[in-house]
Amino acid sequence: MKTNNLIRWSAALGVSVTLLQAQATNEVELIKRQLRQSQEAFEKAVEQHRQVINGLFRRLEAVQASQGGVVTAAPPATARLSGTSPAVSGAAAAGKSPWSASQPITLARSGPAYMNISFGALVNAGWSTASDPSAQLNLGDHDPIQRGFLLRNAEIAFDGAVDPYFKGAANIVFKLDKDQGTGVELEEVFLQSTSLPANLQLKGGQFYAAFGRQNPQHPHAWGFVDQPLVLNRAFGPDGLRNIGGQLSWLAPTPFYSELFLGVFNGQSGQAFSFRNPGEPDAAGVDRFHGRMTTHRELRGPGDLLFVPRAASSFELTDQQTLVLGASAAFGPNDTGPGRRTQIYGADAYWKWKPARAHGGFPFVSWQTEALYRRFEAGEDLPAVMPLPAETLRDYGFYSQVMWGFKPRWIAGLRGEYVTGSTGAFDAMDIFRGDRSRVSPNLTWLISEFSKVRLQYNHDHGQYFGIAHSVWVQLEFSLGAHGAHPF
Amino acid sequence: MKSLFTFLLCLAPFLAEAKLKVVATTPDLGALAREIGGDKVEVTTLARPTEDPHFVDAKPSFIVKLNRADALIEGGAELEAGWLASLLTGARNPKLDAGGPGRVVCSRGIHFLDVPATLDRAKGDIHAAGNPHYLLDPANAKIVAGNIAEAFCALDDGSCEIFRANLKKFSSQLDVRLAEWLKLLAPFAGQRILAYHDSWPYFAHRFGVKIDLFLEPKPGIPPSPAHLAEVIARMKAEKVRVIFVEPYLNRRSAETVARNTGATVLDVAHFPGGVKGTEGGYLQLFDHLVRSLAVAFGGTTAAASQVVSPR
Repeated sequence: MKTNNLIRWSAALGVSVTLLQAQATNEVELIKRQLRQSQEAFEKAVEQHRQVINGLFRRLEAVQASQGGVVTAAPPATARLSGTSPAVSGAAAAGKSPWSASQPITLARSGPAYMNISFGALVNAGWSTASDPSAQLNLGDHDPIQRGFLLRNAEIAFDGAVDPYFKGAANIVFKLDKDQGTGVELEEVFLQSTSLPANLQLKGGQFYAAFGRQNPQHPHAWGFVDQPLVLNRAFGPDGLRNIGGQLSWLAPTPFYSELFLGVFNGQSGQAFSFRNPGEPDAAGVDRFHGRMTTHRELRGPGDLLFVPRAASSFELTDQQTLVLGASAAFGPNDTGPGRRTQIYGADAYWKWKPARAHGGFPFVSWQTEALYRRFEAGEDLPAVMPLPAETLRDYGFYSQVMWGFKPRWIAGLRGEYVTGSTGAFDAMDIFRGDRSRVSPNLTWLISEFSKVRLQYNHDHGQYFGIAHSVWVQLEFSLGAHGAHPF
Repeated sequence: MKSLFTFLLCLAPFLAEAKLKVVATTPDLGALAREIGGDKVEVTTLARPTEDPHFVDAKPSFIVKLNRADALIEGGAELEAGWLASLLTGARNPKLDAGGPGRVVCSRGIHFLDVPATLDRAKGDIHAAGNPHYLLDPANAKIVAGNIAEAFCALDDGSCEIFRANLKKFSSQLDVRLAEWLKLLAPFAGQRILAYHDSWPYFAHRFGVKIDLFLEPKPGIPPSPAHLAEVIARMKAEKVRVIFVEPYLNRRSAETVARNTGATVLDVAHFPGGVKGTEGGYLQLFDHLVRSLAVAFGGTTAAASQVVSPR
């Protein structure tokens, strides 16, 4: 009888094997490979769990023995192996069987990594009526600075969890100068806490100060090819970026509110309006806003650069979000003893995205920032043209609307205006004087990882009149890039 | 001593009322959390049911929700990769730390389909962990419900019996329904369906249908006219009668194909509430999916409603 059964089963098996053989051989190979991988991963996981279970069981025994109790359950030493359809057997096992499907058995997962590594490049090409756009028109470090082709931002980004207490990130930027030389910048390197109590968070290292909306963003996240004029005026070609620390606090309000306080060295061209030596003149003397600068070491905490910020966000409707912020930056500058700079800024960002958005489209966003800078310039009487101590007041704004009118297509329009009080040195200072700019652009996201942008700039400046420029920007990114904030 | 006891007695009702604050990344996970948690949990969902779950905006209001949550329920298959990480950094909630009790990774125990052997974006935007839409197989919902129940028990030991009972109830309901759904779609085994995006392999695997024709030439790459022409030709040759369209997708290309092939465009969703009449939860969503698919395949409405008992 038993033999009969055995024969029947073997026959049945044989039939199924024949059926299997009828399938395409490449599929068989594929399935075999996947099965082998899955089995290896499965067995490894099972073995790990068996060890954990046995360990726990020994502990249970020890504790119960010390309490004089009796061991009641047998150790669930074996895991039930799943058949050809793991989903079904997994579901069946979710009930009472010793092996719970909810145990972390990961089958054939690929590419686990300790960090995101990505590379992104922005390649520009274009033409301007100004023969040297870098002289007055485009003063940002990542802006198109010459006619023809340029590559001003190729960026390697790393980010990930350092340990249970910190996240770490680094951005290293390469750029080609006009003479094809490669410039390298350690743009950002910072550590961010993840487990401080009381909704606090610490950030330390070299990083963009949380001032306004665009300053902390990397160029690939910008809506336009170039840096807004008002940010260029207040924070210089590189934006406000320095070594220091930042404490932030998520306030217990029903809506999102966060307070930030950044403290930085406030030194170098990355703290443009602060302890910045400026650029050397023809005689090799460092000057900023015409004044000879004097490098001073820190005399006390008051010489540091402080950057406070408050930001709030409101859900106007289910499909509209508003973010409002107010920022400031206070610190000394190098144009004379006791000279200080104050910058104040307000920013707003509004976005509409419908409930049935596909791939993030359509959407409309509006972003505006306004800044005011009060710069106490020191006197420079030995200069060829003697300059008095005076307070320079600059202000300006930009406002931009981006409209993702169909999947992968974004139309943008930006208007800007910057101006300032008249100062003794204005006639030669490219970072002062009235300027306005209107920039329509069109962006096509070829995929999630590449895009092309076409932008026209209509520039009007007190010192150069009217200029027209057209720029094309191509962006691509490789690898895994950390998620961007809203 | 006596006053302390009285105090504790007075406090008891409040303690008992303290619900677990749960945030689910997507509405399907949210629906399962509600099934298991019942009135012991308060579930908030981040992605909307009609929204493309790959592209959810990391709104600051989500940071606040995550900051105040006791548990985060996530898919764990990179579906949320574009938006969840920056929210969690902002939320600074140690309860939701990776590996912690409040971080519920639902993919534990799931057998992933379409795990790429090599990572190559020339093939489009593929997920390294495998296809993340695993809840489109109802059998996987049981695994996920089990994961959630286990996590809830760890977080609220006092209500564990309730969670277990809810899990048992849900699982047995699902078993009954799944048998009905399988029976309802059995006559159409081997039939082909055209979908916009390759998000249905688990559904196809479970119900024995083929969903291997897509309006997208590659994942994340929009349909081109040449690709549509090829799709239309293949559909005609293979007599494909049904086109799946998710609520966030543009129906136009699907309708063009439908006009040229005589196929039916079927509004389907991954998430409860994504199409009308599925707001009731996961089981209702599948009732809707299976029943409307059976009708589209050519079964009559009467047959469909006869087999699938209305909720």
